[in-house]
Amino acid sequence: MKRYTIFVITENFIGILNRITIIFTRRGINIDALTASESRIEGIHRITIEVTASEDTVIQLVNQIEKIIDVIKAFYHEDEGVVYQEIALYKIPVSKLDGGLEKIIRQHNAKIIAAEPEFVVLELSGHKEQTQELLEILKGYGLLEFARSGRVAVAKRMHTIDSYVK
Amino acid sequence: MKDLMIRGADIVVRTLIEENAEIIFGYPGGAIMPVYDALYDYHDQIKHVLTRHEQGAIHAAQGYARVSGKVGVCLATSGPGATNLITGLADALIDSTPLVCITGQVAAHLLGTDAFQETDVVGMSMPCTKWNIQVRNVEEIAPAIAKAFFIARSGRPGPVLIDITKNAQTDFGEFNYVPCLGFRSYQTKIEVNKNDIQKAAELIDSAERPYVLFGQGVVLGKAETEFKAFLDKTGIPAASTLLGSGALPQDHPNYVGKLGMHGNYAPNMLTNQCDVLIAVGMRFDDRVTGDVKRYAKQAKIIHLELDPAEINKTVKCHHSVLGNCKDSLALLTDAVTAKSHPVWMERFREFEREENAAVVQHDITPTKVGLTMGEVIHQVNQYKADDAVLVTDVGQHQMIAWRYFNYKKSRTQVTSGGLGTMGFALPAALGAQMFDFSRQVVCVVGDGGIQMTIQELGTIMQTKAPVKIILLNNNYLGMVRQWQQMFFDKRYSFTELDNPEFVKIAEAYGIKSQKVSDRSDLNEAIEDMLIHDGPYFLEVVVEKEDNVFPMIATGCSVEEVRLS
Repeated sequence: MKRYTIFVITENFIGILNRITIIFTRRGINIDALTASESRIEGIHRITIEVTASEDTVIQLVNQIEKIIDVIKAFYHEDEGVVYQEIALYKIPVSKLDGGLEKIIRQHNAKIIAAEPEFVVLELSGHKEQTQELLEILKGYGLLEFARSGRVAVAKRMHTIDSYVK
Repeated sequence: MKDLMIRGADIVVRTLIEENAEIIFGYPGGAIMPVYDALYDYHDQIKHVLTRHEQGAIHAAQGYARVSGKVGVCLATSGPGATNLITGLADALIDSTPLVCITGQVAAHLLGTDAFQETDVVGMSMPCTKWNIQVRNVEEIAPAIAKAFFIARSGRPGPVLIDITKNAQTDFGEFNYVPCLGFRSYQTKIEVNKNDIQKAAELIDSAERPYVLFGQGVVLGKAETEFKAFLDKTGIPAASTLLGSGALPQDHPNYVGKLGMHGNYAPNMLTNQCDVLIAVGMRFDDRVTGDVKRYAKQAKIIHLELDPAEINKTVKCHHSVLGNCKDSLALLTDAVTAKSHPVWMERFREFEREENAAVVQHDITPTKVGLTMGEVIHQVNQYKADDAVLVTDVGQHQMIAWRYFNYKKSRTQVTSGGLGTMGFALPAALGAQMFDFSRQVVCVVGDGGIQMTIQELGTIMQTKAPVKIILLNNNYLGMVRQWQQMFFDKRYSFTELDNPEFVKIAEAYGIKSQKVSDRSDLNEAIEDMLIHDGPYFLEVVVEKEDNVFPMIATGCSVEEVRLS
């Protein structure tokens, strides 16, 4: 079992996400994280799926995903094959904002992106280990709310999606 | 402007006509009524068969598609009409049958409001369709149907569903049909790689005990001629899967029998003794392989396959040739050296003789009082036409009919293979017959399965489709009972049936019928049935507790095939 990132290049077709996820459901495989967005080519969407599985299983998943009529291309990478990032937001009560917290923010390279009379929102981008580390610390500062995105990733391999979109 | 505009419902029907659909199997209801209204105007250009249940309609469309090689078309209303199609969609997907199913849907403004007969059929049918779409406005109708036909029939065929809201059917729009010839996310033309062919040819040439397994891919790829030429040149023994039967005439010298759980002895045993295994248009179903961990481990496996997702799915191959086997077989035949394998072939014949003595003799010339399913099929062979279509349901009768029917032509095998859908046979036989009334269609069905869709006798009555129905009645759910006998200490839990007087039911539908329980009456009854002009219902009372052998029990290896 290993962590893999699956990229799916697809037409923007209603229900496509459902068609993709049922391939995982049917095999009882949990999706660790999923992000979807429009690619740099209009009308083409890019879905990034993070999954923990054996390589054999991932190959089967990718083959089945590619079989979906509106999917243009699907491929997978190990963690070493991608550059990836996640974003986390932390909502902290203003009352807890002191010198100690300021130091923590600096140390972790987090940013204050919103300040309201009652709370501030911190932002940190990085790998899950980094955002998790800050989360553990901030739990001691009356953390009100926490949200973390799925992984956004680009492959290290030098190729572009244009070759699949003709 | 309105003069040029026609109703969405008319666009539906005219697009079907443009796609060369000749016949629709369907059932009307509220949300599809505009299309039914349009059909009234086009009845001279497109036929419609009113089944007695939507499941009957889709199985009939499957039977039609399998025999004709064309796309089967099915029409149903929203809600329960749509959900009744699900079993047929799943069946068609797993058996690669091209279908276009059109369902009515509530008006677009009612979607998501739990309106009367509203159901999310697009969501529901996603795992059991090759593609599906909901059409909510009139302009999308013709492109959606054109695309649906293209997807259903191209590549590896499969079922497609189009859900059309009622407002799209009643609104007016321009009819400008353009056939779909392809689109960027769906590549259907796969060029066979010449290096793959070369490597496959080298492996085949180096083999001492090569062995070919063929499946429905040969039929779907229209590659029967190329396949035969390949076998003629290489002299390699060839065995068929359930759905591959008919792709090669059984009297071909290279033909050695059938694969899998209830296939023949030699083809299963020798799978684990060949040195090169060439799989053509088949997908290593678990009913073919038995325990994959002990499947053909000694062999180098070559897989000729159209669907990339099938390669290395259950059985890892050493070499694959991607593409339509019609192309790859032709190239491969040119690349290989002509050979014959008399010693190796004789191994198959030895095991065949063993099976004959241990199983076949009992099945087709029994000494017991009770009739066997095998002798019934054996008698059908004596009288049937070469191109007679065999339609079977699921269970003991299916395996026995498959084992003993003498397949001589392609597209004569119609059965529910992958899904194992009881109730399939009667409507599928109707659909197969609707393609061609002049062709013999023999429907072999058990007393369990026929009662799942027995209402379609009504459709046979109304269409006068001359289907020859043979009911093999053992008053049991026979295959389940066999498993209970073999693996559950004969604890016959809910498998015995108290059955009605079937011939009276057939008579009530105006179908000529006969019941046979004595061996001396069998031959004449089968002959009477086959020469009868019109539908015929023959019930044969068979031995209650007969078993199907050979058998590879679940979890066993192909070489552990049992003769008793």
